This record gives sequence, structure tokens and C-alpha cells, in this order.
Amino acid sequence: MTKRGWWFAGVMVLGALLLPFWAEYAREPFVLDVIIRLMILAIAASSLNLILGYSGMVSLGHAVFIGIGAYAVGIPAYYDLNNGWLQLAVALGVSGLFGLLTGLICLRTRGAYFIMITLAFAQMMYFIFVSIEEYGGDDGLVIYARSEMGLGVDLNDNNQLYFLVLICLLAVMILVHRLTRSDFGQVIKSIKINEVRMQALGYSTFRYRLVCYVISAMICGLAGWLLGNFTGFISPEMMDWTRSGELIAMVLLGGAATVVGPLLGASIFIGVETLLPEVTLYWHLYLGILLIIVAKFGRGGLLGWWTQWLRGTRS
Amino acid sequence: MDGALIMIQVLNGLQLGVLLFLLAAGLTLVFGIMDFINLAHGAFYMLGAFICATLALWLDSFLLAVLLAVPITFGIGVVVELGIARQLYQADHLEQILATFGLILIADTLVQMIWGPEGLTFALPEILNGQVRLFRDVDFPVYRILIISVGLLVALALYLVVSHTRIGMLIRAGASNRRMVEALGVDIRMLFTLVFAAGAAMAGLAGLMIAPITEASIGMGNEILIVAFVVIVIGGIGSVQGAFFGAILVGLIDTLGRSFLDDLLGLFLSHQAAETSAPAISAMLIYILMAVILTFRPKGLFGPRTS
Repeated sequence: MTKRGWWFAGVMVLGALLLPFWAEYAREPFVLDVIIRLMILAIAASSLNLILGYSGMVSLGHAVFIGIGAYAVGIPAYYDLNNGWLQLAVALGVSGLFGLLTGLICLRTRGAYFIMITLAFAQMMYFIFVSIEEYGGDDGLVIYARSEMGLGVDLNDNNQLYFLVLICLLAVMILVHRLTRSDFGQVIKSIKINEVRMQALGYSTFRYRLVCYVISAMICGLAGWLLGNFTGFISPEMMDWTRSGELIAMVLLGGAATVVGPLLGASIFIGVETLLPEVTLYWHLYLGILLIIVAKFGRGGLLGWWTQWLRGTRS
Repeated sequence: MDGALIMIQVLNGLQLGVLLFLLAAGLTLVFGIMDFINLAHGAFYMLGAFICATLALWLDSFLLAVLLAVPITFGIGVVVELGIARQLYQADHLEQILATFGLILIADTLVQMIWGPEGLTFALPEILNGQVRLFRDVDFPVYRILIISVGLLVALALYLVVSHTRIGMLIRAGASNRRMVEALGVDIRMLFTLVFAAGAAMAGLAGLMIAPITEASIGMGNEILIVAFVVIVIGGIGSVQGAFFGAILVGLIDTLGRSFLDDLLGLFLSHQAAETSAPAISAMLIYILMAVILTFRPKGLFGPRTS
């Protein structure tokens, strides 16, 4: 990152740290809710970016891991198991395991088939949770207690939840940053460009892609765990394929294969979702038009345009 | 489990199968020939239903409504192809997904603007409302028989067109080697428009046929579209035959699984365990089927033998 980039990041983090205090002072608790949601979606989008942006695996079923993470809060809470660490372990464990099992099948396929299969597996989980009456089926499940973390942390306090989400987001962004610049990340990025060549060089590309897929699944499971805590309500709708489509939209809006892109994309998405409904009932129309424009002209998303513009002004 | 019930459920499965085929046929052709993933294909299903419902209420004639609604969805297909889809054939799959996802949002919102957030229902004419006696004590709704027959007729017609006409030859040629067809001087763009619009019309037909049973509602195409994707992945992308057999297979397995799996499991498990696990497992069946088929045939049942 450039020096200016670090300054910008520093200011953003400082702003994020101060936001709860401002929200309390200005009596705008709603703003805090919006930003929590934004950050959780940014975590999910970052995890998708890892496989979609960096390694070229277009998954159209990534929201399934959000659902798994959220149900990992809801189902234990249904049995009065509110230990947050247990729930977190279940969220990460099950989403990782589901990622591993489906990954073993999905990653054998390429291109359009991969898209369809990730989609189908997500839809399968969706229908499974729809059919389990015990956990609310179609109607979903209300979570009456947020995770109990111990250590003097109380997630029922929205400010504390906010800081937890912020820490998670920063940790995920740092992880993605480090991971994609590591040897592992180089291999992953090279596979995207030319897989046959990487195989010829002796890399087991399948294994690299699988590991990347599982890591991505677990990060998304984390996002689900946070989302379950935040909304206090879970339903199969969280893993509907349109949610996965929205995640793809976020990644591409912001800029795929960049660390900041998913956060930027989630911000645009949340911004549109929060502000436009105040102006028009039919705001989805404009979101749809925006997506088509980005698909047609937006190579690299907003971040791409920005860097292109910077380059343009400099030369 | 008795014979009558099985027969009725087989017919229900067939009905779901032909509806899936009508959706999947367009999807697989567009996918196979133009290499275009159209997530918004379900929008034509929805539009077909809404347009037909409106016409049926205006004209007070179901038949007339159907005869008008199918060409109208064909026309909408032409407009969408010329206006948006055509620009996306050269784009990569990711961009196609983003753009067609945007199209879904636009279509759903436009429908909401025109028809409001509520669904639209309309009654069938008296003639189609009755039951027909198939067997000694097996009654089945006339209208569902009609759906199955229409679906099978369209499948037959499509088969004849694709495998026995000049245009069908061009379609098959386009699916296996688009460049070569272009090089031979065929106006491929015209062919693309035609295929896309025909797919839209078939999806519209499926939507308008199901509308009297369920209702025309916003987003109705989005759920069934995913199953249609499963169908074309099972059948092999680009193959109309594959779409047909995949659709019937998926329709039957899904319907029969949902109705008989608990009895079947009851043979091995306790009654309680069978009762609770059956719904979840039957929801998974078609996806398991897909996973198994892809493990042995990564390009689907009727897909190209060589990659």
C-alpha cells in the first residue's frame, strides 16, 4: 500500500473507533446498526473475494455459509446453550466441514458447472432448513439470547457487539492481505491465470484450491455467526441464492481481488439499501440498473475506476 | 402405499417434469449456443404468468389469453436479447451473472410497479376444472393432464425442429462450433435472437400454465430456475434431449421422494425417525442425484463426450 493508503486506512479505523461514541452523543443508534450490518456483509464479501477474486472460482452459493454460521448460534441457543465460544467453534467447524465436503465435489468441475453446483448445494441446505420444522422451518427461529463470551464481554450491549464486529473485520482484512501475499496466495493467484502450467510445475492445484475454498467458507461462517447474533433472528432466507448473488454484486461493485474492494462494495450496497428506499419504493430497479452498468463497463469495480482515474490524472 | 396414490404422484411428477423442461430447454440452448448464463430466465416464467392472468381477466377467456401471452413473451424475449443479452455473450460468466442478477431485480420491480406487490389469481374455465377418471378409482384433474400433454407436445415439436429442420441444424451446429457456423456465412446474430426469444416463450408458457394452480407472484421464477439449472447440469449443458430426460427424472424423483420417502424409510428406521428425517432427505434428493451424476459424468448425461 502507498503511504497515502496507510493514512487513509488509519483515518478510517479511527473514525470507526469513534463512531459508537458519536452515535450515543447524537442519539442515532440506528447508524450503529447500519454500520454493524455493513461490516458483517463486508466480512462475508471478503471471504467470497478470496475464492472469486483471487482464485477465479465463481461461487453462486456462498451465502450458505452465512446461514450455517447463523444457525450455529440459533440451534444451540434453542437448547439454552449460549456459550459463545462453543457456538463460534460450531460455526467455523461446520462451515469448514461443509466447505470441504462440497468442495471435494464442486472443485472437480470448471466454469459454468462450478457456478451451478455451488448454487445447487446452497439451495440444498436452504431446503433442508426449510423442511426442519423443529427449528422453525420456513418461518425461521428467534434467538432470544446473544452469545455469552465471558471475559467481561456482554454482546447484548450494541457498542460491544460493534467493536467485536470491527475487530473481526480488521482481522479478516489483515488475514486476506497477508494470505494473498504469501507463497500460498501466489500459487492461488497463479492457478487463476494458468492452472495447467501450475500443474506442470508440480503443484497439486486441486489441493490448493480446496484449502482456499475451505478458508473462505470458514470466514463466511464467522460472518454468519456475527449476523445471527446481530439480527437475533435466523431463517433459511439468509442462504437463499439471491443473497449469494448480492455478495457477488458487492465484490464486483467494490473491486474483485483487492483487500478493500469488498468493504467498499458492501458500503455501496448498504448505502443503496438504506438511502434509496427513503426516496422511492422501487429502489431495486436502480440497483439492478447499477449492476448492469458495472457488469458492462466496470472492470475492476469502483476501486478499479478510482485507480484508473488516479493514473489518468497523473500522466 | 397403494397403487392409486402412486399413479397420481407419478402424474404429478410428470407435470413438474414438463414444466421444468419448458424452462430448461431455453436455458440449455442459450447456455450451449451463446455460452450465456441467464439467471433472469425465470423472469420470463413470471412474466408469462402475469401477462396471461391479466389477459384472462380482461378478455374473460383463458384460451385467448394463452394464445396472446406466448407471443408477447416471445416479443419481450426479442427486446431483452437485442437490448441487453446480446452485449453480454462475449463477457465472462461473472459479468453475465452480475448483469442478469441486475435484470432479475429490474424485472421483479417492474412487475411490482405494474401489478402491485400482491399475486394475481384467476379461475380456470369450467371445462378444465373437473376431474377425469383414469382408472377404476383414480381421479386426476383435467387441467394437470392438459399441462402434461402440452409440455410433451412442445418437447416433441422442439425435438423435430432441432433434429429435422434446417434451422435446427444450424442450432446444433452453433452449439458445437459457433465460429465455424459464422464462417460459413450464417447470420448467427439472427439465430441467437430467435433461440433466446423461443426460450423466453417456452418459459412464459410454463409460467402461465402453472399460474391457475398456484398464482402469478413476484419472484416465482427464481426458485424453480435453480431446479432448472440442476436439470441442465444433469442433462448436459446444450443438449435438448438431456434437458428433457433430466427434467422428467428430476420431476419424478422430487415428487415421489416428497410423498413416499417417509414410508420407504419406515421399512428400515423407527416410525419417528422416518417421520422427521424424510422431509430433509427428500429435499436433498435431486441435489444428491446431481452430485452422483457429476462424479461419474462431469459433463452431464447427454453432454459432449470430449471436452
